[in-house]
Amino acid sequence: MFPIEKYHMAESVQDAVRALAEDENARVIAGGTDVLIRLHEGHKDYRNLVDINSLDALRRIWQEDDGSVCIGALASFTEIMDHPLVQKFVPVIGEAVATVGGPQVRNRGTMGGNICNGAVSADSACAALVHEVDLVIENVDGERTESVIGFHAGPGRVNLKHGDLLKYFRIRPENYLNMGAAYYKYAMREAMDIATIGCAAGLHVTDGAISELRLAYTVSAPTPIRCAEAELAAKGQPLNKTTLGNIAQTVEQDVKPRTSWRATKEFRMHVIRTLAAKVITNAAWKIGEKIA
Amino acid sequence: MTVGTSPIRKDAVAKVTGKARYTDDFTMPGMLHAAYVRSTIAHGTVSRIDTSAARSMDGVEAVFTFEDVPDTLFATAGHPHSLDPDHVDVADRLLLTKHVRYHGDEVAIVVASSKLAAKEAARAVVVEYDELPVCVDAASALADEAPSIHADGNVIKSHEFIAGGDLNTAVDGADAVISGQYHTPVVQHCHMENHIAYAYMDDFEHIVVVTSTQIPHICRRVVGQALDMPWGNVRVIKPYIGGGFGNKQDVVLEPMVAFLTTRLDGRPIKLELDREECMTSTRTRHSAILDCRAAADEDGTLKAVDVAMTSNTGAYASHGHSIPSAGGAKSCNLYPRSVIRFSALTHYSNIPAAGAMRAYGSPQVIFGLECALEDIARKIGMDSVDFRIKNVARKMDINPLSNKPIRSAGIVECLEKGRELIQWDEKKRRFANQEGPVRRGLGVACFSYGSGTYPVCVEIAGCRLILNQDGSVHMQVGATEIGQGSDTAFAQMAADTLGISYDKVHVVTTQDTDVSPFDTGAYASRQTYVVAPAVKKAALELKTSVLEYVREMTGKETASLDIVDNNVVAANQPDCVIASLADVAIDAYYHKQRGGQLTADVSHKTRTNAPSFGCTFVDLEVDVPMCKIHIHQIFNVHDAGQIIHPLLAEGQVHGGMGMAVGMALFEELLVNPDNGRVLNNNLLDYKIPTFVDIPDLGCSFVETMEPTAAYGNKSLGEPPIISPGPAIRNAILDATGVAVNRMPMSPKVLFTHFHDAGLL
Amino acid sequence: MKRAITMTVNNRKLALDIDVRSSLLDILREQGLTSVKQGCGVGECGACTVLVDDIPVDSCIYLAAWADGKNVRTVEGECRHGKLSPVQQAYVEAGAVQCGFCTPGLVMTTTSFLERNKGKKLSREEIRVGHAGNLCRCTGYETIVRAVELAAKKQNEE
Repeated sequence: MFPIEKYHMAESVQDAVRALAEDENARVIAGGTDVLIRLHEGHKDYRNLVDINSLDALRRIWQEDDGSVCIGALASFTEIMDHPLVQKFVPVIGEAVATVGGPQVRNRGTMGGNICNGAVSADSACAALVHEVDLVIENVDGERTESVIGFHAGPGRVNLKHGDLLKYFRIRPENYLNMGAAYYKYAMREAMDIATIGCAAGLHVTDGAISELRLAYTVSAPTPIRCAEAELAAKGQPLNKTTLGNIAQTVEQDVKPRTSWRATKEFRMHVIRTLAAKVITNAAWKIGEKIA
Repeated sequence: MTVGTSPIRKDAVAKVTGKARYTDDFTMPGMLHAAYVRSTIAHGTVSRIDTSAARSMDGVEAVFTFEDVPDTLFATAGHPHSLDPDHVDVADRLLLTKHVRYHGDEVAIVVASSKLAAKEAARAVVVEYDELPVCVDAASALADEAPSIHADGNVIKSHEFIAGGDLNTAVDGADAVISGQYHTPVVQHCHMENHIAYAYMDDFEHIVVVTSTQIPHICRRVVGQALDMPWGNVRVIKPYIGGGFGNKQDVVLEPMVAFLTTRLDGRPIKLELDREECMTSTRTRHSAILDCRAAADEDGTLKAVDVAMTSNTGAYASHGHSIPSAGGAKSCNLYPRSVIRFSALTHYSNIPAAGAMRAYGSPQVIFGLECALEDIARKIGMDSVDFRIKNVARKMDINPLSNKPIRSAGIVECLEKGRELIQWDEKKRRFANQEGPVRRGLGVACFSYGSGTYPVCVEIAGCRLILNQDGSVHMQVGATEIGQGSDTAFAQMAADTLGISYDKVHVVTTQDTDVSPFDTGAYASRQTYVVAPAVKKAALELKTSVLEYVREMTGKETASLDIVDNNVVAANQPDCVIASLADVAIDAYYHKQRGGQLTADVSHKTRTNAPSFGCTFVDLEVDVPMCKIHIHQIFNVHDAGQIIHPLLAEGQVHGGMGMAVGMALFEELLVNPDNGRVLNNNLLDYKIPTFVDIPDLGCSFVETMEPTAAYGNKSLGEPPIISPGPAIRNAILDATGVAVNRMPMSPKVLFTHFHDAGLL
Repeated sequence: MKRAITMTVNNRKLALDIDVRSSLLDILREQGLTSVKQGCGVGECGACTVLVDDIPVDSCIYLAAWADGKNVRTVEGECRHGKLSPVQQAYVEAGAVQCGFCTPGLVMTTTSFLERNKGKKLSREEIRVGHAGNLCRCTGYETIVRAVELAAKKQNEE
């Protein structure tokens, strides 16, 4: 039994955004793997719920005419990782969400919740950043699109205004075509854990040189981040061990890991450096490239 | 014969079908629910408590604070009562406390119509504190300026023994000496069923407590002591229990539910801890600092081991000092031809209270001992396995502490078997001179343990057998089935001794102190060893009764009769069936002139204690830059005497190994040293291994025959957890040259060590 | 806050007026299906695993309201006419049962896992990953992996 005080099962997107607009304390509940845990702890902020579980339209995964791959905010991690469109066009998203919790949690947890709760450790965040995913959001004033780049505003905070409802993610073709991408979750356990550091790389290679690198981390700064300096250092460089070493050094300028009881700043920085080379190497394999 | 085979365990079907009923699966009409108000600081006294808001909430029946409970200090450790006044447990608990001693201490309790209502009201109780300085470890708790956590100061007890000769002579005369400091963490049992109990009254005097406990008869006594009421007025019922591992060898919730029902007109009241509460507010394993020395000659003779243990019991004594003393004493069987010095100091601190946990101090002591043994073996340049084989116990060695002979010892054979299983010699050659970021290593460690608590505590066990009308037998024992399979083992023993088949023995799995024979419960890996003689004696008595009754029925001499395969037969001609047991039973019950119910009811005290032995071999890979360990192979090889049920025995070994891998690589209950707040009181942040974190587990037995045991058997429940930790540490040392002298050897700890060693 | 729902539980149709604050675990236990165990209340241990439309979920963090119109399976429904299901039988034979508290949830995870992987040859690694949402503190998982292997073998022989 949860200490829920108000509960509304939304019947449509319009009904949901209306209900959200009407109650300034209302929160969206999707898969429940986050909100119900907060309620179990007795949290005061999650007691008025707008439940979107009836909105089957938000559960779809589809491809648009321009090739964009779309993932409904309510699609479960399992549905995402098992979906042929994800596996074919944006496999790193599938790989990333496959590292969330365990099977039961993945059967309920959603990428919508994973991004919207603003968790610094969100497993889908690195992959979303590498693919520069668009977020299609609705509120009573209508629909708008925001990029995931800049969407995270701080620990547990994102650029959603009260009354906003994320409907789906869109990954445009220019953000996945010809890109090799990989994700590695560094955690204490191999399942049922949160990342100590998460790292994803998206890589374009032309004639043995890195034409573009997209490098993203979780738990390395107050929000999930992309690494501008490291990406710049990689541009045009040959895909070899020296370059990877340089990237691993340069990434220190992009990140701001902190010491917590889970891990020290020094240890996190070591993992950040180690993962840069490892994950870029894996990304290269995905497009048949090897580190010289 | 069924002993030595693996029949389907008695409770397997009940458990896979969900029919097995645990405490929470019983409800009563009108059941109330209780929830604690816990301190939000680690040390201080309550300056103000306001329960008015809570009292006015919907569904709230009552709120009790520390002002409302009896002023009777009581001890919670699940030890047998001691007649020796110098050997009683420390009584340092009240039901609720004004002086809070750890983050989560109990200052008040709410009773309401639902668990949610109780929880919500508990959150509404306002508590203010005068804060006191917080001590979380030995350095702070033993400092001169440390605040007194309890009235008699922060040291519970210290003690020392030296056995086998003079320590200084042995050390000074040795060719090589090493010393080191080793650390073991606070870990938590994490049994899947949290602590839960409920109570109600039968009349004005008699309280019934239904609870998930390992020790129903001890629990009855402690509830009586805590509430200052006659022990016989308390009835404790133990249904199926979802794991204990020692944490339910302590009396945690039962005195409170008993108190609440007495204050609420005997109404049924349930108290169920959340996982978060269970992690911090039941018991944990004591963390320890072990200052060790080992001395050896160049020929590999171990001359002396010296272990000084500092043990942190946290906010309350619970099993406090008996943990290190048991851990030290049980290790004396391992290297009995060396001089052994063991000293221990146990202190309070402002962290969650530690108590009994699987192997009761031995994992701590043996971690220090087997790390030090590895270090001295390396110093004299001797192979780790050869060194141990040279020094471990042989049959009829004398335990230098107890001066008793070791009547069965298979540890040499265990080491030899393990060496072959892991292909030690071949891999040693293959793994020599490795470079690069990923390296393999081999490790070994040994242990010895006891089978029960004698002579420190009484060992009393009871067994009652009743011949049913259909010729089957009902068995009642006071010993508790907590998942380890004791009911099954006892049924096997009774079946064999009685001459009936295993399926004809029905075991009453519930203990009810008003009904069950007396036994102190599941701990110290005692049950198969100390209950077996009671079972055997009861089975022999029942058999005698049956045969005497058959003599009355048939006129045949008792000596000429036997029971084989559920039939009374001619002793010299087992094919010649005289009567089936069913025929005998129905006659005994219903013949109008003769007979009666055929039963046996035995209480037995065991006055021996057999040492068990074993070792762990591990082959692992260290990824230095990733600071991660991957175990390729791990084997535990045990001398637990004769194995009663090989499949269940293997299950005990696997379970202990899994828990040990957790303690070695992942688990640690963390507190903030500045304020004593517990940082990881849940199963996300406290890392017990999942399916993908445990390697395939290998297990093997060397079956010795223990002459003091009823069926040749020795302890097995706890021992498997003891040696994997040091074996893993020794393998990491083998792979990298880096001695990681603390558990858990988690990535962040490995990072520090590898960094300091210049590997990173 | 009441809400009327209907669901099929172990082939039995149930029409219930539930409190919307309830988890599915709460409701199933109220219905006497006490195999559904609470070990953590936050989806970390898997002891409360049930199948909803054949998919394993942690019923402790699954609102009862979401089960409206769904087909729910618990371990009580897996044995038929006094006969254990092949998965239950495998757990019994492999010695995968100790304290038994995690067992019902694990049996349901295995049941779903094998239904989804019919005919496949399963590695130990795949079995481990497929069961990683269920914690067990008694077995070190070894005999549970063996039970899954045994049940898979029997399933593939059929």
